[in-house]
Amino acid sequence: MRRLAKVTAWERVKIAREADRPTALDYIENIFDEFIELHGDRYFKDDKSIVCGLGNIGKQNYTIIGEQKGRNTKENIERNFGMPNPEAYRKALRFMKQSEKFGRPVITFIDTKGAYPGLGAEERGQGEAIARNLMEMSDLKVPIIAIVIGEGSSGGALAIGVGDRVLMLENAVYSILSPEGYASILWKDSTRAEEAAEKMKLTAKDLLDLGVIDEVLKEPNGNAKTDIVKMSETIKKKIVALTKELQGIDVDELVEKRYNKFRNM
Amino acid sequence: MVIDKIKKRIEYEEDSTEKEHRSDIPVGMWVKCSKCKEILYKDDLHKNYSICPNCGNHFRLSSRRRVDQIIDKGTFEEFDLNVTTDNPLHMDDYVKKLETLREKTGLDEAVKCGIGNINSEKVVLCVMDSNFMMGSMGKVVGEKIAYSIEKAIELKLPVIIFCASGGARMQEGIVSLMQMAKTSAAVKKLHKEGLLYISVLTDPTYGGVTASFASLGDIILAEPNAMIGFAGPRVIKQTIGQDLPEGFQTAEFLLEHGFVDKVVNRKDMKETLYKLLILSK
Repeated sequence: MRRLAKVTAWERVKIAREADRPTALDYIENIFDEFIELHGDRYFKDDKSIVCGLGNIGKQNYTIIGEQKGRNTKENIERNFGMPNPEAYRKALRFMKQSEKFGRPVITFIDTKGAYPGLGAEERGQGEAIARNLMEMSDLKVPIIAIVIGEGSSGGALAIGVGDRVLMLENAVYSILSPEGYASILWKDSTRAEEAAEKMKLTAKDLLDLGVIDEVLKEPNGNAKTDIVKMSETIKKKIVALTKELQGIDVDELVEKRYNKFRNM
Repeated sequence: MVIDKIKKRIEYEEDSTEKEHRSDIPVGMWVKCSKCKEILYKDDLHKNYSICPNCGNHFRLSSRRRVDQIIDKGTFEEFDLNVTTDNPLHMDDYVKKLETLREKTGLDEAVKCGIGNINSEKVVLCVMDSNFMMGSMGKVVGEKIAYSIEKAIELKLPVIIFCASGGARMQEGIVSLMQMAKTSAAVKKLHKEGLLYISVLTDPTYGGVTASFASLGDIILAEPNAMIGFAGPRVIKQTIGQDLPEGFQTAEFLLEHGFVDKVVNRKDMKETLYKLLILSK
């Protein structure tokens, strides 16, 4: 524990951003027995910055949604560096609504620098897409477990983060925007990002204390990338346990509890 | 998120005496239109709904004036909510800033909420005020919006929200972000109860407010020329490395792209709202 206490918020930001940090698909492949990726929002296109699909652990089926950064430059370009356009959120919503039909719990993996701030994103209603996800997730009639695995930045992260349980990996960060952006807006100086990171309460521990998240998942050897299999095992155990717990709650009560959880923040 | 840039956009704001000092115009009586640069007599401007008589520019409106323009005289009852920020990031200067602003503006926070009549039709009305920390949404704003919506459900009343916001309030960090989920969830409850929600987007509506309750109305109106978006123009410009097209993120742009039902001149706003209330019964 002494070693952990020494890791600063800024160091965690850097770990969360490491190019070889495991991504959503790395975990999905390890956690679920089967996974079939399915594509498209049915309105505009398939945005690869969010992957969606069906999977299972044993006899339990899941709807799986993950913000996906690229694992190399080529993939990063394809996936827009994990920064979703509106169609990515609409794809995620399509699968969430579908999960309701089949009673499948939803698992989301959060890992983004934020929703993409581009011309097309604005033309196609980035704000509306995020807003609708927040609204529909608050009332989804199946359990939702959200896991922040890397960077959880801004509404772009929250758009798949309205869960009955919100978990964070030990080195993941979750904030209103990047420390650079924060320093730039508040102090007009983006070079003060490190200072901002310490102030923003963006670490898993800080957010647990604030009541924004429910649990911190320990990373093997202080960094998930050192042992993806072990990290996946930790997440898997948690998903299985929480699924059982949340399925034990009457669905109307579940939805009401989710409402109150965010209502009281 | 885009507060500083938006501030620059309008040099002379109607209700901001601080900014008037920067001009060589006698304080208090005159104001310069940010769009056509015409010098206007304040009384004339106010009689004209704070719309520039020369070019039609809609000046930003204080929540007090907005209520006067929309609600039947003497019928507005403001909710008495005693909520304050927890100052979750422990920023000393933030609390001081709030105190100073309260004194200066006479507002308790960036949104005014209550019940009033529109041509005798009772509604719950929330009006955001860009004079108070650019209408940014922290815990108090989120709380007041959610409370108002829950009150509307209890009393079975329609809800009208005039949005004006730079986005989530940076000073409250992640807690501000969570207000997006809180307010959007409250809107869902309202929809499930079959109650009408009209969102009116005014200059500026950005960031976390656009990405929550502002975009979730049954009907979404906007004032002419209002700047509305998720990301701020400067951020987008930096990201794409090119200039933004003329008229980008204006109310008219949103209308064209299908995200606004109707752009409504301020002079017609009350009657339009009334008609929509009647037609939604």
